[in-house]
Amino acid sequence: MLRLENLLKRYATGDVALKDVNLEVPAGQVMALIGPSGAGKSTLIRCINRLVEPTAGTVYLNDVRVSELGSGELRRARQRMGMIFQEYALVERLSVMENVLSGRLGYVGFWRSYFRKFPQKDIDDAFYLLNRVGLDHMVDKRADELSGGQRQRVGIARALIQDPELLLVDEPTASLDPKTSRQIMRLIVELCTERELAAIINIHDVQLARMFAQRVVGLRLGEIVYDGKPGGLNPDVLTEIYGEEDWEKTIQDKEEHEVNLDIETSNA
Amino acid sequence: MEISSGVSRSWQRPPFISDARLRWGLWLGAAIYLALAFGTMEINWGRVAEGVPRGSRFLASFFPPDFVSRWDSILEGIFESLWMTVTSTVVGIALSVPIALGAARNLSPLPVYLFCRAIVAVSRTFPEVILAIFFVKLFGFGPFAGFLALSIGTIGFYAKLLAEDIEDMDRVQAEAVRATGASWFQWLNYAVQPQVLPRIIGLGMYRFDINFRESAVVGIVGGGGIGATLLTAFDRYEFDSAAAILLIIIAIVMAVEYSSGYVRKWVQ
Repeated sequence: MLRLENLLKRYATGDVALKDVNLEVPAGQVMALIGPSGAGKSTLIRCINRLVEPTAGTVYLNDVRVSELGSGELRRARQRMGMIFQEYALVERLSVMENVLSGRLGYVGFWRSYFRKFPQKDIDDAFYLLNRVGLDHMVDKRADELSGGQRQRVGIARALIQDPELLLVDEPTASLDPKTSRQIMRLIVELCTERELAAIINIHDVQLARMFAQRVVGLRLGEIVYDGKPGGLNPDVLTEIYGEEDWEKTIQDKEEHEVNLDIETSNA
Repeated sequence: MEISSGVSRSWQRPPFISDARLRWGLWLGAAIYLALAFGTMEINWGRVAEGVPRGSRFLASFFPPDFVSRWDSILEGIFESLWMTVTSTVVGIALSVPIALGAARNLSPLPVYLFCRAIVAVSRTFPEVILAIFFVKLFGFGPFAGFLALSIGTIGFYAKLLAEDIEDMDRVQAEAVRATGASWFQWLNYAVQPQVLPRIIGLGMYRFDINFRESAVVGIVGGGGIGATLLTAFDRYEFDSAAAILLIIIAIVMAVEYSSGYVRKWVQ
């Protein structure tokens, strides 16, 4: 569904963020992208929807060469890719509803969006999604009145109302506490399963990646150094991705988390 | 508890300019320049002595302010000034907004940016009085010349400050709306406008205030409005009427000042 071929990004400063990355993500797969800061994770997902222009290489979305589209076609391609951000990136002075509906901007004309006269179907979808993420009582609240977890839920609704095939998720939990982080990750994964969405999730937290992803790709200095099952992340692999450190604890803790998760699910 | 133990090391805040000769040289240069500047200013104490009692006689003739005998022309002048203020503020802002968009480096390509910055720079170079003299020469005496002068003056002020606010906006919020596939105008409406709206309104109120005060100055060089009435009052030595005019100007400026503060708090 998504295919990156020899993707290369060199910034104007001369820094090479991505070195000939080749990656294929099939429909419906939730993939975690891990790696140290500066490995090029953010650059990689921004090259897919061209918030960052790749220097060379090709991005295919269902055989559409995204990397070669003109601006009108690029807008249509962006409609197919929802994005969720680290600091939520809600427009703070707009209401929750306006933020969610902004996910439909690619589908409606300027004047409709200017007067906030979205089609009834979009309004229905917005209410459904806000209900789904548990925020239907906050429709007309301004985005800056919400807590971090609530904001990220609005961010998720905004990405989903685009009716995307692919979610690009950039550090969704980096500004959240551990419990909210898990809830948000679970929500993203559930929604992806419900709608058979593929997702690329940039994430710092190796444990979260192991808990929620079907596949883990490790990036180091712009190169893929690991691509496989979350279970395959052993100390050697983590050392390969991040460098020398005592990784035994990180992996042990994972089992404890699974126990905790079981308790959470049985309680629910 | 003893925190430190053993040897003492001295510490001083590093000076802002590390070269001691340069540091003291700059102080010395500033002192010499100041001394010379005061030296060139010739103060004739005899004339100061004559001026003080004359000033107090002058001030005394302001009282009591006479609102009655020239009331009709005062009223006419005030209305003309308010009319000039409203139209020049509205037209000035309407012209400023597109120029501000062009003059924001994060929105516009370099040629557009330079062109709009040039307009701003030119408009800022000429004070309203100079512009008014120029337009009075072109279009004759009256409020139209004043209106043009204030409109052009508004561009230099408003477009510059608005452009700077646009340049300071949160990049991530803007990026998020772009990622939904929004068109450029939708992006302006959903991502940029909410972020700069308080500034748009606040600066508008502030400029209204400035334009009203400037309308008095502009009137003195022939641009119509309350300034013309004020000048006439001085020319006829009717200082009591002049005092009434000044009091009315102060009252209106204060009223605008208070209401603008209130409105700015409300739109935050």
